[in-house]
Amino acid sequence: MIEAVGLTKRYGDKTAVYNLSFQVRPGAVTGFLGPNGSGKSTTMRMILGLDNPTAGTVTIGGHPYRRLPNAPRQVGALLDAKAVHGGRSARNHLLSLAQLSGIPARRVDEVLGVVGLQDVAKKRSKGFSLGMGQRLGIAAALLGDPQVLLFDEPVNGLDPEGILWVRNLMKALAAEGRTVFVSSHLMSEMALTADHLIVIGRGQLLADMSITDFISANSADFARVRTPDSDPQLREKLSSALTEAGGRVLPEQDGALRIMGLPLPRISDIAHDAGVRLWELSPHQASLEEAYMRMTQGAVDYRSTIDQKSGLQQPLPPGAQPPMPVPGQGQPGWYAPPPPQAGGQPPTVPQGPYGAPAGASPAGPAAGQPNPYAQAPAAPQQPAAPAPAAPPAGGAPAPAPQTAPQPAAEPKSEDAR
Amino acid sequence: MAATQVIRSEWTKIRSVASTVWTLSLAVVVTLALSMLISALSANEFDKLNAQDRSDFDPTFISFAGMTLGQLAMIVFGVLVVSNEYSSGMIRTSLAAVPQRGTFLFSKVAVATGLALVVGMATSFAAFFLGQAMLGEHRAQLGDTGVLRAVVGGGLYMTLIAMFSMGVAAMLRSPMLGLGILMPFFFLISNILGNVDATRKVGRFLPDQAGSRIMQVVTPVGDDTPYGPWGGLGIMALWVIAALGGGYALLKRRDA
Repeated sequence: MIEAVGLTKRYGDKTAVYNLSFQVRPGAVTGFLGPNGSGKSTTMRMILGLDNPTAGTVTIGGHPYRRLPNAPRQVGALLDAKAVHGGRSARNHLLSLAQLSGIPARRVDEVLGVVGLQDVAKKRSKGFSLGMGQRLGIAAALLGDPQVLLFDEPVNGLDPEGILWVRNLMKALAAEGRTVFVSSHLMSEMALTADHLIVIGRGQLLADMSITDFISANSADFARVRTPDSDPQLREKLSSALTEAGGRVLPEQDGALRIMGLPLPRISDIAHDAGVRLWELSPHQASLEEAYMRMTQGAVDYRSTIDQKSGLQQPLPPGAQPPMPVPGQGQPGWYAPPPPQAGGQPPTVPQGPYGAPAGASPAGPAAGQPNPYAQAPAAPQQPAAPAPAAPPAGGAPAPAPQTAPQPAAEPKSEDAR
Repeated sequence: MAATQVIRSEWTKIRSVASTVWTLSLAVVVTLALSMLISALSANEFDKLNAQDRSDFDPTFISFAGMTLGQLAMIVFGVLVVSNEYSSGMIRTSLAAVPQRGTFLFSKVAVATGLALVVGMATSFAAFFLGQAMLGEHRAQLGDTGVLRAVVGGGLYMTLIAMFSMGVAAMLRSPMLGLGILMPFFFLISNILGNVDATRKVGRFLPDQAGSRIMQVVTPVGDDTPYGPWGGLGIMALWVIAALGGGYALLKRRDA
């Protein structure tokens, strides 16, 4: 159990952490989220007694870290995977840490096996990739078989197999009744791993709740409805009927409708009464990423701006059209760079991410689209992506042949179950 | 936390990095090579010396001439042992494992000091015997008055220089800063201060000048140094205590 009370840290006149109070309970994976520079690492360092709080206290099992008896057997931490002497072999690095707390050398070989580094144990860590460094850092955290584990960005640089392994490891550690406190920027990963969330922004607590509560508190669930593409009038008809019934209707860029404020069975009834056939009626729960973006919107210190490239651009030849700016960017709803799944592609399709009125999408009703389910191109920029097979709120979900089911979307469907 | 555990861990750390072997063997090689060279040259020049220089001729001290350069490698060793923790970021892991920062620092210093003492003593004795071999008929014997003290003192001097560097490195943290200050200081500034008349009285209280007094067997005529061999070493030890105390005070107080 980690307990922070009124934790405050100032560096000069910059306040890194302000009046932070939270508890990290055993038996669960607690995610620690916040934008860059929001004070996550500072908080972790204060928990470990590395930085002294300006005010407030943080204790582990009731003791401040520096007075914790046999600290390395009680607490294991991964703070920075690159914090090893590059000239020292992985095994010697762990051995020196093991000897600190009287852990037998046999245990070093055990954890090297656990993290899969036994083949490079005698190699200097200088040549390690970031992912191997993370594994070494995790091995160091596991060394003392501690009851409390802290991980700062443990999946950075890991391959998919490694990410899966870390996820299962965290869950297994928590299932054994240990306290697991893990920070990450990868929302999709956090959604899969964490049971509980602590979110900070600008050094202050924004949320301390279970992950399902967090998502439902910080996002509006919606239903996605698709009418036959061949008949745009049906769409208009349904849209007005739903608005009359008190729903909020937003057109989606691919021609579907996004409906908020009405339960699924009610939408179905209204459509039936209006005589509109439906090709799709699916429930959508916002992803952790969206909920997070929405919550931390005002607390982001380092925000990217549009690259004007004004110093680099050639003057346009006469008559040439200036290139279109990336749609959505710079608009109020454009919170952040594309999610990791976007693979770095710039969003080329106008796409109001969920939360921004999708009406920003100039595409309008896409009547006569050849493939009604051609959502693939839009999928990467759509963090609000559908949760495949999420349990319906009451109505039967339309068998939605979603393309590109997104990791960001999957977690909540699991959590919802 | 038992200090023995920390000491065992520090021993693993110190023996598992290449810089330990490199800096220490450089200290040995440079000291021995330069001492032999200067001893050989001095033996050749002896006949050309005037009466006063002959009476001041100190074969023991000459055989330690290489230490002026060899001590720089000891400084590098001392600085790297401590500041490697900071440059690699390992300090956070170490201090998370040993929240008692005093135990951590002094165990580290103890291990490195032990190693420096062994290497320093071996270097000092080797430098003496090799130097005396070069000096031929002008050589001193280990049994002569004050010679054994000077040879043991040479080993202690090397050790204290390394300890002083560890203390300074603990205060400065960065290896670049540590080396950038200590190397020119001991190689140039201290020598300049000690050889310019105006500053000599201050200069001789600097750690290296005071400490190297113990390696002198023959006191030059007209020498007005206000301390003896052991007094000089004591002054150097005070510098070491101050540096380590400063390093400890800062480590204890500041954020890692």
